[in-house]
Amino acid sequence: MYRYDHIDRALVAQRVEQFRDQTRRYLAGELSEDEFRHLRLRNGLYQQRFAPMLRISVPYGLLESAQLRKMAHIVRKYDKGYGHFTTRQNIQLNWPKLEQVPDLLGELAEVQLHGIQACGNDTRNITSDYLAGAAADEHIDPRPYCELMRQYVTLNPEFYWLPRKFKFGFTGATVDRAATRTNDVAVHLVRRADGAIGYRFFVGGGLGRQPMLGQEMNPFVPESDLLRYACAILRTFNRFGRRDNIHKARIKIVLREWGYARFRAAIEEEYEKIKASAEGEELNLLPEDIERVRAHFPAPAYRPATEVSADIGGLAAADARFAAWIKRNVRTHKIPGYKIVFVSLKAPDHVPGDCTAEQFEALAEICDAYSFGELRSTYDQNLVLADVAERDLHEVWRRLDAVKLATPNIGLVTDIVSCPGLDFCGLANAGSIGVAQDIYRHFDTLDAQYEIGAIRITISGCMNGCGHHSVGHIGILGVDKHGEEWYQVTLGGSPGNDAAIGERIGRALARDEIADGVERLIRTYLELRFDEDETFIECYRRIGMAPFKERLYENEAEAAAA
Amino acid sequence: MTMRILRNSELVEDEWTLIEDGRADIEAGPGKVIVTLARWRVEREALLRGHAAVGVLVPNTADIEVVFAEIEDRPLIVLQFPTFTDGRALSQAVVLRKRLGFRGELRAVGDVIRDLVFWLGRCGFDSIVPRKDQSLEGCREALREITVAYQAAADAHTPVWVRRRSGVVASH
Repeated sequence: MYRYDHIDRALVAQRVEQFRDQTRRYLAGELSEDEFRHLRLRNGLYQQRFAPMLRISVPYGLLESAQLRKMAHIVRKYDKGYGHFTTRQNIQLNWPKLEQVPDLLGELAEVQLHGIQACGNDTRNITSDYLAGAAADEHIDPRPYCELMRQYVTLNPEFYWLPRKFKFGFTGATVDRAATRTNDVAVHLVRRADGAIGYRFFVGGGLGRQPMLGQEMNPFVPESDLLRYACAILRTFNRFGRRDNIHKARIKIVLREWGYARFRAAIEEEYEKIKASAEGEELNLLPEDIERVRAHFPAPAYRPATEVSADIGGLAAADARFAAWIKRNVRTHKIPGYKIVFVSLKAPDHVPGDCTAEQFEALAEICDAYSFGELRSTYDQNLVLADVAERDLHEVWRRLDAVKLATPNIGLVTDIVSCPGLDFCGLANAGSIGVAQDIYRHFDTLDAQYEIGAIRITISGCMNGCGHHSVGHIGILGVDKHGEEWYQVTLGGSPGNDAAIGERIGRALARDEIADGVERLIRTYLELRFDEDETFIECYRRIGMAPFKERLYENEAEAAAA
Repeated sequence: MTMRILRNSELVEDEWTLIEDGRADIEAGPGKVIVTLARWRVEREALLRGHAAVGVLVPNTADIEVVFAEIEDRPLIVLQFPTFTDGRALSQAVVLRKRLGFRGELRAVGDVIRDLVFWLGRCGFDSIVPRKDQSLEGCREALREITVAYQAAADAHTPVWVRRRSGVVASH
């Protein structure tokens, strides 16, 4: 866990006071609504339908127990007793009062949390691999590099007023667990044949309107040049990103309008100029700079396997519910005797991603006792205890189960990703939570879920795509048609190594058709899959859209024929 | 008709007069004047003969590195903020100061509200003309809203990754 020194602390504390004064001036009528909007967004404060929403940055998805306890206190004192984990690994509060927000931010600052650049046209919170440091397929731990980038972009004055929001995603593993190419910039840590560490940069990804995946700009930027290359990208975007149309303002549009060759040449040219200047000297990272930050993320004090391993099979044989949880929510760890535990925030009749004060507290205790005091958030709106000893698994399960955090559905049909939708969000065109719950109830039995296997259903209440609908195997996008909520369905999207943007299947479905529609799509898969090992997405890629489309709209075809 | 502006962190009377395109420059008198880049290109010699000093207003869409050869000897370069959320001139300023080494006066004009001033100061603007309704004293205070920084811009800060080398920063 990165530990603040007096510089970090002073920066966040002064930032809180800056915002306190801005809020005071707004409430006194000295700042216009529009002026204050841009200022509050840069502190995480969004105007929602009923109240402000405060987005709290969770840098690269890493939390510790003191922060969880503080969150329990915060949601009780300033909100309605719960928070919401987002697809960018952040936490949102739905009901804070504007005049209390400066005090709320002051309390968050005590535990290294804040809303700086959580919204607005600036560089947002950096996302990364939620298994950093624990996964066997990791070649380089991305966290130190995320932290260095966090410091570079936080309150960076040149890039504080960008054309549009700007997102970074990092990974250092073989499996992309951070949907990196859906970001404006994806940074893949790589090791060359000679052992040198560097970065493979992708640029121009982005969900929302006209979703696109990032394209490779440079296969190997040397380790010293992380910030130099980032500066080149950000400066190019700040200069050339469109400011005449908010829907065309992301960097992906510059890439599309210029074409790949011109875009890449512009970034490379700026990069060369930076390297050749005094600025390049300041941005040059020495090995010791990286080592100093790496020291903030030491490996936990793992104990020998002989002390921590356990006969999980034996325990599971005695308890079917525990067995189901082991099967679905527990994964292999790189260290023998340890396991990775997924905490499901997708319990029945629960809003995907929501976490109550009691759950925050229970998680603080569980991670203190059983996972070295740390917790991670995932872009699927679940949580991870990254370092649990096998012998503690049963107790961890028991404690999670007691607070409804042990639903054995990770990666299954009820592990639905959903934005807050029309129930909360001021941007939304349609509800998404209710749709998620309808689909959930349709497939509630575990047997049905296991039969269906791995599938990713994602729901956004509007084009902005916070629910990652463009990269769902089944993506659902809420649209407004003459005051009614309708849902467009896409198939074949994926966020990971096989990243793809989903394709629209046909006409939108009405609110009362959507759960049944999803069931038709899944039945089509169950009937046409090659065998039980072929997943939904693999089947779709093999057989294509037509059989799904035919089945989804078969009643209409019959009606037309009659 | 003078107005007060923020210069080198102090409130001072502005010495410069902007001559808008289409207006005869002689109306501005023999003092210090600001003209657009377009006019500067066409009337350079006459402007230099007629006025004590000539500053140049550069659009925020200009490639500052290309334009610089024409204005590098100017005592004042003026950059524009059509809205306070349009940060293009911040990159122009950083490049002017850090890459091109411009040491003259660098001025921000346009929709300059108090809450833009801090960022202007960090990007190398030493001359700031706030929007007319803004409190000048407030703008001056804004320059010091946040006294620590992670990164260097066109200002006196040293990047934290450099400051933390060799334990320059003791932990408090």
